[in-house]
Amino acid sequence: MPQPLIDIRKLTVDFDTGRRIVRALHGVDLAVQPGEAVGLVGESGSGKSVTWLAALGLLGSRARLGGQVLFEGRNLVGSAVAELEAVRGACIAMIFQDPSSSLDPVYRIGKQLGEALQLHRGMAGTAALAEAARLLDRVGIADARRRLGDYPHELSGGMNQRVMIAMALAAEPQMLVADEPTTALDATIQAQILELLQEIRRDTGMALVLISHDLGVVAENTDRVCVMYAGRIVEDAPIGTIFAEPAHPYTRGLLSALPELTGPRRRLVAIPGVVPEPWNLPRGCSFAPRCAAFEAACEAAAPASVEVAQGHWAACIRAGGRNL
Amino acid sequence: MMRYLAGRLLRAMLTIFLVVTFAFFVLRLSGDPALLIMSVDAPPESIAAFRQSWGLDQPVWVQYLAYIGHALTGDLGNSMRDGRPAIQLVVERIPATLAITVPAFLLKIAIGVPAGIYAALHRNSLADRLTMVLSVAGFTMPSFVLALLLVLLFAVRLGWLPSSGADGIAYAILPIVTLGAAGAAILARFTRSAMLEVLGQPFIRAASAKGLPWRRVVAEHALPNAAIPTTTIIGFMVGTLIAGAVVVESVFAWPGVGRLLVVAVANRDLAVVQAILLLVAATMVSANIAVDLLYGWIDPRMRQVPR
Repeated sequence: MPQPLIDIRKLTVDFDTGRRIVRALHGVDLAVQPGEAVGLVGESGSGKSVTWLAALGLLGSRARLGGQVLFEGRNLVGSAVAELEAVRGACIAMIFQDPSSSLDPVYRIGKQLGEALQLHRGMAGTAALAEAARLLDRVGIADARRRLGDYPHELSGGMNQRVMIAMALAAEPQMLVADEPTTALDATIQAQILELLQEIRRDTGMALVLISHDLGVVAENTDRVCVMYAGRIVEDAPIGTIFAEPAHPYTRGLLSALPELTGPRRRLVAIPGVVPEPWNLPRGCSFAPRCAAFEAACEAAAPASVEVAQGHWAACIRAGGRNL
Repeated sequence: MMRYLAGRLLRAMLTIFLVVTFAFFVLRLSGDPALLIMSVDAPPESIAAFRQSWGLDQPVWVQYLAYIGHALTGDLGNSMRDGRPAIQLVVERIPATLAITVPAFLLKIAIGVPAGIYAALHRNSLADRLTMVLSVAGFTMPSFVLALLLVLLFAVRLGWLPSSGADGIAYAILPIVTLGAAGAAILARFTRSAMLEVLGQPFIRAASAKGLPWRRVVAEHALPNAAIPTTTIIGFMVGTLIAGAVVVESVFAWPGVGRLLVVAVANRDLAVVQAILLLVAATMVSANIAVDLLYGWIDPRMRQVPR
């Protein structure tokens, strides 16, 4: 096994809401290899975004972190702000769900790109301008030089996401975390943006973490997928395996809720119940109350993740040893 | 842009016209200046003569047309008290008012804006809570109460400052502080909420994710965006530079426009009251136009002028 680019170990996040302390992440283990594309799937509130915001120290003062985030041998959890700032953008870039409000409304695109170039590559003036135009061109924005003078409100959501990607590329990072990058966009634009991310990955060898609630999107764009539920990774497997042999009942539930293009028509099966609130988790396995294969032992303790097959992990007491 | 500005100016004139008209009729309907100025026991002939000389014997609409006609030529009538042009009386008082309202305005900004920013950046800290308690106290307390408390402390008890009058810089301090404290309280609260609103925006997190140090995120992204709503409030404060000190000027016997207004109203000195109201309306309306133009300058989204 090569040295992972980033290695998240037993990461926990607690939010202090003033009234109570709510645990949002319950010990997440996730390693990403250089150049790898990993998908992170789960319903809203399952901790997909929180995992990466926590890793980069972007959760603010109300969040308390535990565990480790190892990046180039250093633990980012609890490290100095300056150290985190040196990693953010420069080594690990992040783009977000709502591109239009992720750009500052009062500055022109060129100025915002210039800010990233100045910050990470010490560029200024005409050199920065030329590089900004090249980056916009790179992400498929036509007439790049003229677009530099536009404000975010003058561009469409898809264009703004391209600008965000260009800005992320400014520092030539080793990894890009794309947090639901296409959720706010039209289906056609969504495909273009994902295609662009693939293309950039091929060209630069950058690792990609694609956060999505859409298994289909993740399947087409990543090599490996981690399924999250209620602040835990419940299954971690190569894309092919997850569709062929899902080991966790939650993953199976997600898959049977997806329509199939081929084969006989069948009724889509929804997972019964709702995601539990983080301050009101059931005992033992968080998925137990909604699980079709529930048994008494599920309530004893949260199941540890076990290796079902090589590179395929699942956190279910029935996974691995016993067949279902 | 020119069309927008022309429309804006036209609306401003209409606003001023309505204020003047409203003031004219309300003043005529709310009491007889002849009886007040001449006293009730004056001989009926002199009262009639007074009415005639000021045109008060004419029907109200004739008086109104005459007034508007004169106003358009810049003649706002004479004071019924001392016969001098009303506009002159008012203009004489403006420097005294500005002498306390301008320093108070600067004080509001110098205290209110930084306090609001600090409170927002240290949300829920002791400093934040203290700022907000002071702020609530500052803008809920009527200015005459604060004025009296300050007089009690600094003039009566400590004897450091004079309690009223206008005989030098020392006399201006308490009026300035009274005016400034309330405004600073409002501005602190407003700036804080504007900052909190901006700090919660996705682009702030995106700027941090870019690797920008927090200091620069605040200075380059949070402050310029929070300046947009804060400008509105500051603009309104500019609008009150002339008329915002009525109570404070009365409490401290400060010879400004506000005190002139109180005296003129009490005396039914119609021309003077109207001249002041016209001036107040004009400053408010100009401040609003200035705010609108400033908006376009600081917020690019506002530059597309609605047609």
